[in-house]
Amino acid sequence: MTADRVIEIASLNKSFGDFQVLTNVDLNVSLGERIVICGPSGSGKSTLIRCVNGLEQYDSGSITVDGISLSEPGGVDRVRAEVGMVFQQFNLFPHLSVIDNLTLGPMKARGLSRKDAEAQAMEYLERVKIPEQARKRPRDLSGGQQQRVAIARSLCMKPKIMLFDEPTSALDPEMISEVLDVMVELARDGMTMLVVTHEMGFARKVADRMVFMDGGEIVETGTPAEVFEAPKTQRFKTFLDKILQH
Amino acid sequence: MTRFFKIWILLGACLFLAACSGDGTWGWYVIDPSTPAGQSNIWFLVGGFWATIQLSLIATVLSMTLGLLVALPGMSSNRWVRLPSRVYIEFVRAIPLLPMLFWVFYGLPVVMKSLGFPITIDAFWGAIITLAISDSAFTAEIYRSGIQSIPKGQTEAARTVGLTYSQTMRYVILPQAIRRILPPLANQFIYIVKMSAFASVIGMQELTRRANELVVTEYRPLEIYTLLILEYLVLVLIISFFVRWLERKMGSDENR
Ligand SMILES: Nc1ncnc2c1ncn2[C@@H]1O[C@H](COP(=O)(O)OP(=O)(O)OP(=O)(O)O)[C@@H](O)[C@H]1O
Ligand SMILES: [Mg+2]
Repeated sequence: MTADRVIEIASLNKSFGDFQVLTNVDLNVSLGERIVICGPSGSGKSTLIRCVNGLEQYDSGSITVDGISLSEPGGVDRVRAEVGMVFQQFNLFPHLSVIDNLTLGPMKARGLSRKDAEAQAMEYLERVKIPEQARKRPRDLSGGQQQRVAIARSLCMKPKIMLFDEPTSALDPEMISEVLDVMVELARDGMTMLVVTHEMGFARKVADRMVFMDGGEIVETGTPAEVFEAPKTQRFKTFLDKILQH
Repeated sequence: MTRFFKIWILLGACLFLAACSGDGTWGWYVIDPSTPAGQSNIWFLVGGFWATIQLSLIATVLSMTLGLLVALPGMSSNRWVRLPSRVYIEFVRAIPLLPMLFWVFYGLPVVMKSLGFPITIDAFWGAIITLAISDSAFTAEIYRSGIQSIPKGQTEAARTVGLTYSQTMRYVILPQAIRRILPPLANQFIYIVKMSAFASVIGMQELTRRANELVVTEYRPLEIYTLLILEYLVLVLIISFFVRWLERKMGSDENR
């Protein structure tokens, strides 16, 4: 059981100044597990997943990713090599073409030749179904296409774990499904995923476990079947009622 | 109409000033290009161009390098890394150029000697070091605001695809920040050109020094200093033309 545990978060605490953002968060993720994190705005979802790859520092507790502790020397860099991340705002590099966005990491951090990096980049662009956009600048793409490029860019680093922070929140409604489809496929291929999202249809389809956060704490966890059927806490129930209304 | 009016007023003022010069008569003969004496004076004055340009160019390049080295730690999230950079900028910005020039030229060799590194600093390098240091506080701030204008998400994305800090700067942040950084840096070049006049006081034979020397022998300050100002004007106008061009080029890139 512990052997295939890829993320172990134990009694994690974090505050911004006086404001406590995360309080005693415990979360374990097994290899290949898909976790959907939801909760009201400001509940600490982004902060939690950003702690996992060291984009945020924490005050106390521990995070271990694939056996590497974030607090050990050089731990953050080694963890980042295993973890990909997709942001709400895509964060593509605007001065580089799509293909150069995908090859930058593999070439500079992994030392791949341009030829190999481009071949691999094209493979992933095929997978997210936009190989024909390879030579364009990000700004010439639609939001949905940009987010798929961002996913492909992460995959080029061959991560073991993928983090998604509200990947569809900045998208027009008609583009949400093209991004979610790519994520569903990724889940089918067995990728370990931590997804912050309010797309409950997606959660129902792929999540092994739902995590509900409120006020910096994990209030409830359960399989989608359990939580959609009958949430244990009133807070989760109220939250679900609110977002399922529309 | 009003444009002509202004020009006439300006001309009038010039004539008035001319009349006040020296013994109250015209003295333009000192730089009259139609006489051999005038010609040789003009050549002497214009001969300072090369030194001024050399001085300014080298000082600007050094200031740009030094400024970047000061700016980068100044943006660290660790306050102890940030502190030296902040102190340097505040400190250097507070020192007037002339005292710093004296300190570098007369004082620095003494300091270095007592530290066991005897060096000699001539007027040329004394001026360059001073100009570069004094300007680097400003270039550092230009870098900082340019780099900080790039959204944090760019750094985060770069780090998550495995780039190190310096790779992130080199391949992601600086290429984007450069269009905000280059035009103000080019403006600093103009500033340095003007400030390089101070090098005259430690004996550097640049534009201003030559004008001073000629004034001492010819005693025609109005005419000679007028030409001196025109010399700087030409130099600065050429550079600002270039800066304008650069700004346009960078600006149009942004819309592409
Ligand atoms: N850099 C920061 N400095 C200070 N406070 C911060 C910072 N980042 C986040 N916070 C605060 O921490 C709290 C949790 O933020 P976080 O972004 O993790 O919430 P979230 O659950 O992702 O919310 P949302 O759904 O709006 O994205 C919020 O109240 C936010 O204002
Ligand atoms: Mg968030």
